[in-house]
Amino acid sequence: MSVGPLPIAPYRRLWLYGVVAGVLFFLVAPIFIVIPISFSDSEFLEFPPRGFSLRWYAAYFNDPQWMAATRVSFIAAALTVLFATPLGTAAAYAIHRAQSRWVRSLHVLMLLPQMVPLILIGIGLFYVYIQLGLVNSMLGIVLAHTLLATPFVVVTVLAGLQSFDMTQEKVARSLGASWPVAFFTVTLPQIRLSMVSGAFFAFTTSLDEVVIGLFIAGGDNTVLTRRMFLSLRDQIEPTIAAISSLLIVITLAALIAVALFARKAD
Amino acid sequence: MHDMTAPQGGHALNRKELAADERREKRQILGLSLPAAAIILVLLVIPVGWLFALSFVSNGEIGLANYTRMIEYSAYLSIFSTTILISLFVTLLCIVLGYPVAYLLGQMPPRLATIGLAFVIIPFWTSILVRTYAWLVILQRQGIVNDALIGIGLIDEPLRLAHNLTGTVIGMTHVMLPFLVLPLYATVRNIDGDLMRAANNMGASPARAFRDVFLPLSMPGLIAGSLLVFILCLGFYVTPQILGGGRVIMVSMKIQQNVQTYFDWGAGSALGVVLLLIVFAIFYLVHRLAGLDRIFAR
Repeated sequence: MSVGPLPIAPYRRLWLYGVVAGVLFFLVAPIFIVIPISFSDSEFLEFPPRGFSLRWYAAYFNDPQWMAATRVSFIAAALTVLFATPLGTAAAYAIHRAQSRWVRSLHVLMLLPQMVPLILIGIGLFYVYIQLGLVNSMLGIVLAHTLLATPFVVVTVLAGLQSFDMTQEKVARSLGASWPVAFFTVTLPQIRLSMVSGAFFAFTTSLDEVVIGLFIAGGDNTVLTRRMFLSLRDQIEPTIAAISSLLIVITLAALIAVALFARKAD
Repeated sequence: MHDMTAPQGGHALNRKELAADERREKRQILGLSLPAAAIILVLLVIPVGWLFALSFVSNGEIGLANYTRMIEYSAYLSIFSTTILISLFVTLLCIVLGYPVAYLLGQMPPRLATIGLAFVIIPFWTSILVRTYAWLVILQRQGIVNDALIGIGLIDEPLRLAHNLTGTVIGMTHVMLPFLVLPLYATVRNIDGDLMRAANNMGASPARAFRDVFLPLSMPGLIAGSLLVFILCLGFYVTPQILGGGRVIMVSMKIQQNVQTYFDWGAGSALGVVLLLIVFAIFYLVHRLAGLDRIFAR
């Protein structure tokens, strides 16, 4: 489906290359400016930094509150992956396989968490959690993050199922396998790439969630993003540069891992 | 006689059993979606329904007070107009910046396009807080932008770029741009290049071919992407809160303030209901004009 060369001489669209290069620079430059700043030895957020030091990393790793928030965030993200991946995969399989008049409504229901503004989900959960005593609890955080992450898994796994040839499963069935056996031995191994992408989306969604956490993830279960947000709003600590750099590296590593996995699976 | 009827009876029974089996399997497969559906129902549909009910309660009385206040008080009107104007402006900026990117990457050979796309996907998956923080650093008084402008003698005094509307718009545009580029790129990639060459052969100038052939074919992606950006802007909280420095008040910030500072659930919910209605109306528009799939396929 490649468009191929157009009958326009490249030099006549130099301006277009310039504009696109500029926009791509605008997109990534801010992210990579944070990393050198995190190694600065100054209290001020200067770029380029004048001296090199690891003091902001030391400040981060030696602060029990930042460490506690980091632990809460990573536990929540791991549990979210464990919940959202099977839940989303099962739902995607149901949407793909079931020939029922409910499928369309089911599909829309699965997309709702991405359609309703986060602030509204936030205050809605806050209201319900007050009644249930789930405010500032790990269970409450994981449930909320699972709500947000499941649609990502549904969408990616559904895309995987759509490019998978379902007759293979029918063959397994005709040879006597029950549908769970056919699913686990024939279908699942072939859609695992989309499941891994879905799991990655779930992990990042949980780790990066801010708005809902402002309502339901405080106290002993303060998530990392909530502490970062409050620091950015009220008084910026340079420690944020170190934390941000670490988050950037984690995101990049996860993206590269998924890309490599995709290449291997091809 | 006996050996004639037995298989026949068995056959009818078998067919009945098969049908029952099939129904059972259908139920089981549909049932697989129950856990996910239950989570969404219990944690999203019911709470939002609750908020809808609460929006009709003000000071212990049932009525439309929370809604009439939005029309009567100019403060509320200005919050809505600020939100809509900022969202429109950011969407426009995203179209202007994002269209050339999707257009050019769509024509690149796959390997080059993948590299270009990485520049869009990396920020897309980087935490919004990290990106907002980066802009706070870049746009501050002694930030890179001010230093550079003073360095080349364009200005004498540092400009106020952060903690105001300017910073908010720049930060929001940066966060939203991938949401426009990705669906647009997916559409543009599938436009048959022969159509453009055909237009050229028929004597159309490149500009004319773009306007009459390429642009209309890219419309579904452009509509889906820009309406998605607009919707996300309407409910945006994090970036305007931090980069706006309290000078920019958007609907989501007022909702948070009503609930967390004043414990006024009715007022907060009513704002949320209006926001939700606008968002759903736009989703319906996307559905009619371009198809929802374009928004959710990543």
